[in-house]
Amino acid sequence: MQNVLQWITNNQQIIYIVILMIFVGIEVIGRVPSVLHTPLMSGANAIHGVVIIGAIIVMGKAEGDNYLALILGFLAVILGTLNVVGGFVVTDRMLEMFKSKKKPNMN
Amino acid sequence: MGLIFLTVCYLIASVTFILGLKMLSNPASARKGNLIAAAGMLIAIIGTIFLYEDNGNRLGNYEWIFGGLLIGSVIGTLAARKVKMTAMPEMVSLFNGMGGACAALISIVEFNHISKQLATNNSSEYVSSIQPTVLIIVLGLIIGSVSFAGSMIAWGKLNGKVKDFSFTGQNILNLLLLAIALGAGVCLVIHPENSFLLYGILALSLVYGVLFVMPIGGADMPVVISLLNSFTGVAAACGGFLYDNKVMLTGGILVGAAGTLLTILMCKAMNRSLINVLVGSFGGSKSASAPGAKDQGHYKEISLNDAATIMSYANKVMIVPGYGLAVAQAQHSCHELEKALNDKGVEVKYAIHPVAGRMPGHMNVLLAEADVSYEKLQEMEQANDEFKTTDVVLILGANDVVNPAAKNDSASPIYGMPILEVELAKNVIVNKRSMKPGYAGIENDLFFQPKTSMLFGDAKKVLQDLLGEMKNV
Repeated sequence: MQNVLQWITNNQQIIYIVILMIFVGIEVIGRVPSVLHTPLMSGANAIHGVVIIGAIIVMGKAEGDNYLALILGFLAVILGTLNVVGGFVVTDRMLEMFKSKKKPNMN
Repeated sequence: MGLIFLTVCYLIASVTFILGLKMLSNPASARKGNLIAAAGMLIAIIGTIFLYEDNGNRLGNYEWIFGGLLIGSVIGTLAARKVKMTAMPEMVSLFNGMGGACAALISIVEFNHISKQLATNNSSEYVSSIQPTVLIIVLGLIIGSVSFAGSMIAWGKLNGKVKDFSFTGQNILNLLLLAIALGAGVCLVIHPENSFLLYGILALSLVYGVLFVMPIGGADMPVVISLLNSFTGVAAACGGFLYDNKVMLTGGILVGAAGTLLTILMCKAMNRSLINVLVGSFGGSKSASAPGAKDQGHYKEISLNDAATIMSYANKVMIVPGYGLAVAQAQHSCHELEKALNDKGVEVKYAIHPVAGRMPGHMNVLLAEADVSYEKLQEMEQANDEFKTTDVVLILGANDVVNPAAKNDSASPIYGMPILEVELAKNVIVNKRSMKPGYAGIENDLFFQPKTSMLFGDAKKVLQDLLGEMKNV
């Protein structure tokens, strides 16, 4: 019990962030029209590519003689970048179509 | 000093993620939202590379980092640019899997780090000080690997390389696998020196990910991908815990929460519960519905010429696009038909079922690609009001979403799913490749109704032929 309370005290910032972000995440997309489900999923997919930051840190901290860390870290950077770049580009391509056809009608 | 700037970078990035996601849920601002989130991501990445410090040490191995970034960017951009619009959903699944794998790899390297330090210092104080870290590493590994393996199977299923596969007791085996993986995880947290357990957990999680997605049908893949998407979000957040990195935490939890809600919204659009999708009721009901394939009488076929004639002389035509249109890539021909009908003074609208195509919103994206105007796309409720005043409904490769059994037959596996009530219109023309049942594996009474006529063939070819005929009318 003591340990758990201690852990909560030590990590209260993180716990606050987690709780608030859960609510923000739910609120922010609460009223999304079904038309946008696919682009939204794709956009969210790109955002969780933020895991690339972790991969960069792993890679950057790897010692020169630690081949496991170097190789796995390198792979992680490639995969993470694929997630980020591919995710944003695919989402942009999907949304591009929404826009190009909307303009002529608006005018 | 650098660290202060890094904090600001992360703060900006976190705000752009929230803003971006918010803007993505509105058609008018969606594209800008995506770009804003991408800009925030770029700031976070560049900030990390140049400003990150760990106990005063800057990051090294720049050549590896930039090499990886370059390779990933080139492949990612090419893949995302080259992929056909119809194959978009499997691309999302593939990229999602990459993120999951990335999170799993981070866990492996970090654990390796810890076990090296354990070899030199295994005092009980040190062990208890790293236990929370090991817990986060194990969670990141399990969630990341399940997401990776599951996404790969979902990708294979959507492009037809992996077939549905299930056996009796699969759900129990799955739960057992997950329980063993979690149990091994607990063991590893208590005794971090048993590093072999980590590889056991990795293997179990990968097998679990494969078996978890295997029995779920292709039509339910969007829901599964959305769920795995939120898994990867949580895996990324684990990385945030690990490095006390606020931007990873914010981004990961944000996607985890939004992804979970999106999954539930998608299930609602199909009027099914998430549990129902995951346990795979469609797979189970296939065998049950087979003996129910009673003789439903005869369907009638219509010639291209007749179809072109009734459509040309109609006042209002509603087009119901479905999976068949996506497979045949007939969106452009469809738009041409619409224009030809408009030239003859016929009003044309599209009725879009929320789960038509391979993903919710998929039809909208496809039709948008073909320059169909946004105002002509009617969502389900609007469309159901309009069918009463519609002369001809043209169904292009849709089946289950127009099956009246969802309303009338409480024994039907799709009972309760909201459908497009096309039978309210005066005439229904159904374009399909054959009389084969649709994804749910059930017969469709609509095809046997007197006002329905069938027009067999590939959607693209049929539409082009219809266009040709229409010129002669």
